[in-house]
Amino acid sequence: MGFEAAYSGIGRLDRLSYQDTAVHRLDPRAKVAATMLFAVGVVSFPKYEILSLLPFFLFPVLVAAVGDIPAGFIARKVVAVSPFAVFVGIFNPIFDPSTVAIAPGVPVSAGWVSFASILLKFALTISAALLLIATTSFPGICRGLRRLGLPALFVSQLLFLYRYLFVLMEEAMRVVRARDMRSFGDRGAGARVFVRIAGTLFLRTVERAERIYGAMLARGFRGDVPSMRRETLRLSDAIFVLASGGFFALCRFVPVPQWIGHLVRGWAG
Amino acid sequence: MSHHLLEFRDVRFRYPDGTEALKGVSFLVTHGESVGIVGANGAGKSTVLLHMNGHLLPTSGAVTVGEVPLRKETRPEIRRKVGVVFQNPDDQLFMPTVFEDVAFGPLNLGLPPDRVRERVHEALRWVNALALVDKPPHHLSGGQKSAVAIATVIAMEPDILVMDEPAASLDPKSRRSVIGLLNSFAHSKIVASHDLDLILDVCTRCLVIRDGAIVADGAAPEILSDATLLAENNLELPLTLQGRPGREGAHR
Repeated sequence: MGFEAAYSGIGRLDRLSYQDTAVHRLDPRAKVAATMLFAVGVVSFPKYEILSLLPFFLFPVLVAAVGDIPAGFIARKVVAVSPFAVFVGIFNPIFDPSTVAIAPGVPVSAGWVSFASILLKFALTISAALLLIATTSFPGICRGLRRLGLPALFVSQLLFLYRYLFVLMEEAMRVVRARDMRSFGDRGAGARVFVRIAGTLFLRTVERAERIYGAMLARGFRGDVPSMRRETLRLSDAIFVLASGGFFALCRFVPVPQWIGHLVRGWAG
Repeated sequence: MSHHLLEFRDVRFRYPDGTEALKGVSFLVTHGESVGIVGANGAGKSTVLLHMNGHLLPTSGAVTVGEVPLRKETRPEIRRKVGVVFQNPDDQLFMPTVFEDVAFGPLNLGLPPDRVRERVHEALRWVNALALVDKPPHHLSGGQKSAVAIATVIAMEPDILVMDEPAASLDPKSRRSVIGLLNSFAHSKIVASHDLDLILDVCTRCLVIRDGAIVADGAAPEILSDATLLAENNLELPLTLQGRPGREGAHR
C-alpha cells in the first residue's frame, strides 16, 4: 500500500467518526467500556475454542450497521494488520499435532484449531477497536479514558498523537514526493535513503515539539491540559453498556451455538 | 497606561552554541503603538520576539513589560500581558478542536467556564471564524488556521500583541483580512515580517535589525521608503512604493 493511500485511509476513519448516528451519539465512556468488555470476553476463551466465538460477531456487525460504517472498509483494515496475528499463530499446526474434535465426530489437528481461534479472536477485537474509533471521535475516546481514570499524562500524549499524526504524515508525504520526483526506478528509493528520510522527519518532529511546547507555555500551560466538557451519562448509554455486557456474558458462559444446534435438531426431530 | 509599556534595555543574547544573536538591543514601545520589525534572514528578529514573552531570557540587559522585569519567576505574569502568535499555525493549534484550542489559554488563566465560553466566542467572532468552532484544526485551510491562531491569543486579552510573519503563505484575501484584524486591535502590537507592505499598512513605527543590533528606528513610511537602507538589509521597497508602471526603483 502506498503512503498516500495509507494516509487517506486514516483520514477516512477520522471523517467517519464525525457522522451522526445512534452509535455516534452514545457517550464515549459507554463505548470504551463496552469495547473493553467485548475484548475481555473474546480473549478469555480457551485456546481451542472456535464455535463459541462466532456469536460475538453480532456486536461488530450491529455497531457497523447502526453506525453506518462500511463493512468492507473495516474488513480491509483488519486484513491489512492481520500479518501480526498470522505470525503469532502460524507455527501452532507444526508444534501442536494432536487432534481434537471441534464438533462431535469431526477430528481436526489441534494446532489448526488454535490457529483459527487466534485469527478469530484477532478479527473480533481489531474490528471492535476500529469500529470504536470510527464511531467515536478520537478526542471523545480520550476524554472517555480520562474520565474512566487513565492518568492525565497518557491522555494528553494520545491527544497530541492524534493532532500531530496528520501534520507528520503530510510532512512525510511531501518528503516522499520530493524523493520520488528525483529518483528513477530503484535508484534513490532504497533502504539507505529511507533511513535518512526517517532521520530527517525525526529531527523535524523534535524541533516542532519544541515550538509547540513554546506555544503552550505562551498560553499559560502548567502541566495539565484543561477541559471543560461535562458529559453526563444518559439512559441510552447505560442500556447500551448493560445490554452489550449481558450479551457478552451470555456468549461467554453459555454455549450458544450448541443451544441453537439443539433447538434446530429439536424442531427437525 | 504604563502597564502597556514594553522596554528592551541593552539586551544581549548568546545561544548555547556560542552564537551571539543579540548584541545590545534597546527600544521602548509605548501604549497603543504599532511597531514593525524588519531585517534580513538571521538578523535576530525571531530572537527578539522570543524575548518578549520570556521564551528566551537575556544573557545580559533587561526586558520590562509594564512595571514587571522579565525574570524566570515573572514569566507567567508577562505571558498574561504579552500574547505571541507564532509563525506556523500548526505549532500554535495543538488541541483537538478549535473551541478547545481557543479555550486553552483562558482556562489556564483560571477563568470560570462561563467566562471562558464567552471569551472563546468573542475571539472567534472577532476573527470571523465562529463557524469553525467545532472543527479539528487539521480540517482547516491555511487562512482559517491563521485566523484561529490569532483568536487563541486574543482570547487571553493581552495588552501587547506580538506576531511573527502573520501573513506568510496566505492567499491575498486571507492576508488582507489578517491586516484588517491587526488594524482593529486597539492595544500595542509588534509585527515581525518580510512583508513590508503589510508593515506599511499596519505599523506606524519600524525597527530595522541587522546582526543582532538595531540599525534604524523611526516612522514606518520613512524607513520603508529608504531604498538604500532597505537594500543594505536584504530588503527592497514595498511593492506599493515601487511605482510599477515605470518600474523605477524596482531593480537595482
